[in-house]
Amino acid sequence: MLFISPPTYIAAVLFLCLMGFLYWAILRGMVNTPSETLPTVQFFSVFWIPVFFVVPLLTMRSIAGERSIGTLDTLMTTPASRVAVILSKFAGAYLFYMLLWVLTIGFPLVTEKLYPHASESGALLEVEPLVGSFLFLATSGLLFISIGIFASSVTRSQLVAGMLTFTTLFVVIIGGQQLGNLADAGGDLSTWAVATVNYLQIFEHLDDFSRGIIDTRPFFYYASITFLLLGLSTLVIESKA
Amino acid sequence: METTPSIRVKDLTRQYGALTAIHKVNFTVNPGEVVGFLGPNGAGKSTTMRILSGIMSATSGSAWVGGICVAQNPHEVKRKIGYMPENNPLPNDMRVVEYLRFRSRLKEVPGHKLRATVQEAMEICDLARTARRKIIGTLSKGFRQRVGIADALLGDPEIIIMDEPTIGLDPHQIQGIRKLIDNLRGKHTVILSSHILPEIERSCDRVIIINRGRIVAAGTSTELREEFLPSNRFSIIIEGSDNAVAARLTSCGIDATILESTPITENRSELNLRVENKDGLGPQLIQLLSNQREFILHSLAPREPNLEEIFLAATKRSWEETIETKPKISA
Repeated sequence: MLFISPPTYIAAVLFLCLMGFLYWAILRGMVNTPSETLPTVQFFSVFWIPVFFVVPLLTMRSIAGERSIGTLDTLMTTPASRVAVILSKFAGAYLFYMLLWVLTIGFPLVTEKLYPHASESGALLEVEPLVGSFLFLATSGLLFISIGIFASSVTRSQLVAGMLTFTTLFVVIIGGQQLGNLADAGGDLSTWAVATVNYLQIFEHLDDFSRGIIDTRPFFYYASITFLLLGLSTLVIESKA
Repeated sequence: METTPSIRVKDLTRQYGALTAIHKVNFTVNPGEVVGFLGPNGAGKSTTMRILSGIMSATSGSAWVGGICVAQNPHEVKRKIGYMPENNPLPNDMRVVEYLRFRSRLKEVPGHKLRATVQEAMEICDLARTARRKIIGTLSKGFRQRVGIADALLGDPEIIIMDEPTIGLDPHQIQGIRKLIDNLRGKHTVILSSHILPEIERSCDRVIIINRGRIVAAGTSTELREEFLPSNRFSIIIEGSDNAVAARLTSCGIDATILESTPITENRSELNLRVENKDGLGPQLIQLLSNQREFILHSLAPREPNLEEIFLAATKRSWEETIETKPKISA
């Protein structure tokens, strides 16, 4: 249903417009005030802006939409298992989300084509931060999309699903950062508490990844919560079909 | 050798909180039969159908589809069933042929048979030439209904369950769907629910009437007539007074009641007569009512009670029976 519905493509166009604008703004900023960080790293550090609207738009219809028009019932009468239904909804949204991010590689490529002298330093398309950032997006995307799928599975209203996804993403992304700030300010937290807070810091993860530090802990964090949420979604559609 | 019934339901009960949607429902459907489910709104028809198709679980009791227990092996049961839910939900953005292909893949139709399966279903439902590439959202109600039925037929399921397949259709389309159901007779077991009583009467071998979550009557329409409205009915047209007819019949020792009198012209009227005696009354009545001075008999025709009357009688009886008990209404 995701790939045949117009809202998906509207979300895609909005995403690419916004990201194109952000990339342009970053490059302009760099022209005016030279910066140490690479444009790619700066670009990916604002990943949360599109996540807040693209993830709800891609996932809110997935189950809530089907439930509200009743096609979830017809889906449930086929031999497809509940797990398969949830996983395919998840896979569709996740792959589309990643495809959108992959398309953003077009921005540095276009810049390079139009301004060949800009690429002489090799700063536009440096491989390591690109790979690191994409690895981060791919793993964090698992969590974001599964939040959306779970929110969509608990309600029959797409609007509620969208709002629930947005709020949860906000708490997960910004809340983690705020907790980190609190921990820094307090200073007297015991070491395990600091470790826990660091474990939940999505921005820290991005920093590590884009510097080329691939830690297994974030993988575990994202993958475990993804499994949990998808498992819960399966149980929800099992009982609320 | 005894054949396994297509559907067997034993003491099936479903509760939504304090509400009992269906209460200890029992019935059997044999292979190749076309069975109609009748009942007022909220009687429990859809609930029963949803339980049979494995979407919903029962609170207690068991259901077997093709010899397989629905609660224990819902996955296997779904392979045997083609289900068209109430209101026939369809994705509006897809084309008819795309949707049917997608559904066939979901129903585990092997890749090499996919094209043929979809084509066959579209031809049976008369969609192949007219609506093949149309977007479902732009289709008329009749075509949408046909898409829903084509979907239920995909993969050649043993049992086809259709919840209100003729709702919102015009008489031509209803006739089309009736022909379609006739074609399925013998090859598939069909269960359908409807509010349109003549529809059920014409298409179904057997009728199950359900009211307030209980089965109040089951059988062929002839059996139901005998059970619920055993007396004979006649429709007569006379010129003269109704009372004279009643007096004449009473004087000849016939226990008859005039249920309804409809004036046709100034002095002619049509009477709806119920006669308690059994068979072979027609000639006797003609003889008794002919050559009278008070009235002239113009026509006399036996009147078969239709399913509507049986339905009203059966549901009324069930209301009377359950009036003492705690109200149990379905969703």
